[in-house]
Amino acid sequence: MPQDIKGRIFNIQRFSIHDGPGIRTIVFFKGCFMRCAWCCNPESQNKEIETIIEKDKIKTVGRDVCVSDIMPEILSDLPYYRRSGGGVTLSGGEVLCQADFARELLKACKEEGLHTAIESASSAPFSEIEKLLPYLDLYLMDIKHMDSHKHKEYTAVNNERILENAKKIAESGVELIIRTPVIPGFNDTPEEIRAISHFARTLPCVREHHLLPYHRLGSDKYIGLGRNYSLKEVEPPTKEKMEYLLSVAETSGLKCKIGG
Amino acid sequence: MENIKFIIEKSSRIQKLIDNLYEKMPEIESARGKLVTESYKMTENLPIIKRRSAAFAHILRNIPIVIREDELIVGSATVAPRGCQVFPEYSYEWLLSELDTVSTRSADPFYISEKTKAELREIYPWWKGKTTSDLAKANMSPEAYEAFTEHSIFTPGNYFYNGIGHVCVDYGKVMKIGYRGIIQEAENALSKLDVSDGDYVSRSNFLYAVIESCEAVIEYARRYSALARDMASKELNPQRKRELEIISRNCARVPEFGATSFYEALQAFWFVQLLLQVESSGHSISPGRFDVYMYPYFKKDLDAGKITYEQAQELLDCVWVKFNDINKVRDAASADGFAGYGMFQNLIVGGQNIHGMDSTNDLSYMCIEAAMHVPLPQPSISIRVWNGSPESLLIKAAALTRLGTGLPAYYNDEIIIPSIMARGLTLEDARDYCIIGCVEPQKAGKTDGWHDAAFFNMCRPMELAFSNGYDKGKKIGPDTGDVSQMKTFEEFYEAYKTQQSYMIKLLVNANNAIDMAHAVRCPLPFQSCMVEDCIGRGKSLQEGGAIYNFTGPQGFGIANNTDGLVAIKKLVFEEKRFTLEELREALKANFGYGVQGNAAEKLTTDIATELVRQGVNVTEDAIRMIYDEVTNQTSLNQAQKARYKEIKRLIEEEAPKYGNDIYDVDMFARDVANSYTKEVEKYKNPRGGIFQAGLYPVSANVPLGASTGATPDGRLAYTPLADGIGPASGRDVKGPTATANSVAKLEQGVASNGTLLNQKFHPSALAGMSGLSKFVALIRSYFDQKGMHVQFNVVTKETLIDAQNNPEKYKTLVVRVAGYSALFTTLSRSLQDDIINRTEQGW
Repeated sequence: MPQDIKGRIFNIQRFSIHDGPGIRTIVFFKGCFMRCAWCCNPESQNKEIETIIEKDKIKTVGRDVCVSDIMPEILSDLPYYRRSGGGVTLSGGEVLCQADFARELLKACKEEGLHTAIESASSAPFSEIEKLLPYLDLYLMDIKHMDSHKHKEYTAVNNERILENAKKIAESGVELIIRTPVIPGFNDTPEEIRAISHFARTLPCVREHHLLPYHRLGSDKYIGLGRNYSLKEVEPPTKEKMEYLLSVAETSGLKCKIGG
Repeated sequence: MENIKFIIEKSSRIQKLIDNLYEKMPEIESARGKLVTESYKMTENLPIIKRRSAAFAHILRNIPIVIREDELIVGSATVAPRGCQVFPEYSYEWLLSELDTVSTRSADPFYISEKTKAELREIYPWWKGKTTSDLAKANMSPEAYEAFTEHSIFTPGNYFYNGIGHVCVDYGKVMKIGYRGIIQEAENALSKLDVSDGDYVSRSNFLYAVIESCEAVIEYARRYSALARDMASKELNPQRKRELEIISRNCARVPEFGATSFYEALQAFWFVQLLLQVESSGHSISPGRFDVYMYPYFKKDLDAGKITYEQAQELLDCVWVKFNDINKVRDAASADGFAGYGMFQNLIVGGQNIHGMDSTNDLSYMCIEAAMHVPLPQPSISIRVWNGSPESLLIKAAALTRLGTGLPAYYNDEIIIPSIMARGLTLEDARDYCIIGCVEPQKAGKTDGWHDAAFFNMCRPMELAFSNGYDKGKKIGPDTGDVSQMKTFEEFYEAYKTQQSYMIKLLVNANNAIDMAHAVRCPLPFQSCMVEDCIGRGKSLQEGGAIYNFTGPQGFGIANNTDGLVAIKKLVFEEKRFTLEELREALKANFGYGVQGNAAEKLTTDIATELVRQGVNVTEDAIRMIYDEVTNQTSLNQAQKARYKEIKRLIEEEAPKYGNDIYDVDMFARDVANSYTKEVEKYKNPRGGIFQAGLYPVSANVPLGASTGATPDGRLAYTPLADGIGPASGRDVKGPTATANSVAKLEQGVASNGTLLNQKFHPSALAGMSGLSKFVALIRSYFDQKGMHVQFNVVTKETLIDAQNNPEKYKTLVVRVAGYSALFTTLSRSLQDDIINRTEQGW
């Protein structure tokens, strides 16, 4: 039974209102291809189950589940999805690291009539992405930088495959929204934002580009994991700065907004 | 871009009215107290109902009247803004003993002049033995009186010391036919009586009392008319002069006759609202479905081109300010429980009409707009939500929620209507419900609901189950066995229920004793003439004149008891991690933490008092030893303390908690709630009605928590109990949808006297149109699952902490306490802490 496929997740967050339409439940997958310096979920990066110290207490991060283990919790917010036009978003980590499990989970959600979305950086073979597309209503795709060298320097991977995937996903007809975390010192110049937005404009079916301002809310987790947070000195961008970058992005003609 | 209906500019007059009102600390005045005493002394030969109308008339003829600067709607009970009068016919001893401290206490202080103090000291002795409170005490069984006064199992103190209030009269009738019309009704009823009827005396006395009261109200309005005319003649500013002339004309016409314009209707409304609160000290005088009964007057003026939306809004806003001009002084202990100068004047908009169609109109939106323009605690504005509610009304309401004044509260037609029909209301009457006070539904103009009849602390019977019915060294509950002998969880659970059922019996006795005292000593002819069918039956509301009669005592502590029972079931009986006996000792020892601060002082005093009562000579050294024991638990050894702490840790970490959408735990909570609600509904009141339970603590979870020892959910002694029907503070960790799902699993329809769920939100959750609509969806989803009520605090934790530290900066910061809004800085420190510590939902 494909239902028996196990996936490794580290959190299920209910009442999420910034990751797709309506009120949503997010399932966070464990394990990622990339190592973004600003990652606000550093506990999501390693595939391995690990421990984190939170408020002086040791907590295990990561558990292996079947689809049927987590569907009851996902379905318990059905009244909220129905009233708000919400649903389920798979996030991470990188969902595509566990595409087979993701596919079964999305399929089970579609069987219950839920709206489905994934948040993904999409640095994976397109064959993995293709597994999910039949069960997906919305694809939230990160494009962090158009320059491959800089991309690699900050995230540990090149961007060629990501950009190639973006084109293919767009051509598949799924609703696609491009999102960019705005990280001071990495991609917060008007030129860099404009480049991403104009690239997004060339993709068929893409109508929106969202700019997500950098925040430090995950920095304590690095300490809890015994890791170093390399962006300690970086301040979140100001409101004015974000609004300026928004106006730059809007020159592409896409519908742009700050936040998810 | 946000699309919110009815954004109307706020007139500059409104802020001036607010500033004038809040310039000074509210003041206690003696006029009413003196006048009622004078009148009572003159009427000793009359039947009580006539003494009441004579006193009301004497007060209205002589009480000082005032028109405040810039007012368009007039009528004040006191010369000082936000002042209060006193009502010695209900009780007075508490105020007499607090005269010198009432201005400096932490919750709801009132200024009182030396002259007023002297005047009150002079009138009070005459009332000895004559108050409703005196009679209520005499009526009550000694066990019930002790359970209330000595053991804080329940507290019917509100009606023991004050008027009942908690009513929504037929305002629409006054707008329509005026008091002249009501006098006519009373005269018609009189003409149908025959002097030989068996009940002729009581009926005719009542009807004459109604006529005298209505005449007095007409005369009172005429005094305002004359005052306005006089002020107009001296006024130099031509605009103000014109305003005063119109005020004079309005008061000459209403409330004597029916209103002919929206402005007159508002003025008439205000006289009704004000004078109900001069006749009696009962609070929660609720305007009910204001948008429904006011709309015809607004519509007529609007269609005739006599009024603009802006003008109508200004007048509405003026009424909103006036709601805050009425005040009430309570005893220090009650002030903690009702903190924030709460008057609980609940005004509701939206919902179904009597035909089951949506009733929303322009005024529904404009009332919400008024609440935005006048960000003060009164009135408590409520929204009725049903499947057919327009989205735009709820979006408008959500925009008000976002301002963080704790308003509005949301109510669900889809559960309230069937719930009150099950209590005997007709379908039409049930569809026409409004909300009284905090959260209590009733059909306006037909009901004496006695809502808020008492707080019942469900954690106290749990303590009695551990002590086998002993409290403070005295056997006050039934024998339910020694916990060390209990072999099964069911045995313990049964012991708790037995203790609770017995205490509910005493509660009923206490309530009915008080009920009778009001019927005998304080029937209210003026209030009664606006509630059906008092005139028809020829008797007051207090004597059972209303069509629907209820008594609604409210239980709380569901979350604490549920978490405690779940922990006992799992850790004691299933896993055998500790025994019930060990838990009992751990609870006695406050889990090895000792007791600190005010609670330590209080406990030391209690123990010393008890020893003195037993005839022990308590020296100062002994008191020091008791205090040392209370705070440091010197008699416990380190191992014992460590073990008790470990028990607390196990309870906290290893037992699942209510509020996290865990089916088994939530069903347990449902059973705990039903153990109260389904017991209460077995009883009858002296007005021919039934008891119906509510589930809400107002803010009594804090002061009554302060008289509750450690509880088996791991809560430390004397700390606040869980608020409303929500989870215990900080124990819901799965977010607002999980919390709401848990709470929705309670059988809320059985709690037809109202339930209360507080949720706390960060303003960012309501940002933008998308935030507002997701918020509305959250409410609708909770209501889809038959939740009855929900309200929200939208304010950051940082703001609250800053307000605590710098109260002068936050004089008008309003928070939702529990069923009503209050000024944060006027709340006691512990209640402030409780609000701050409630789980901040969301991100």
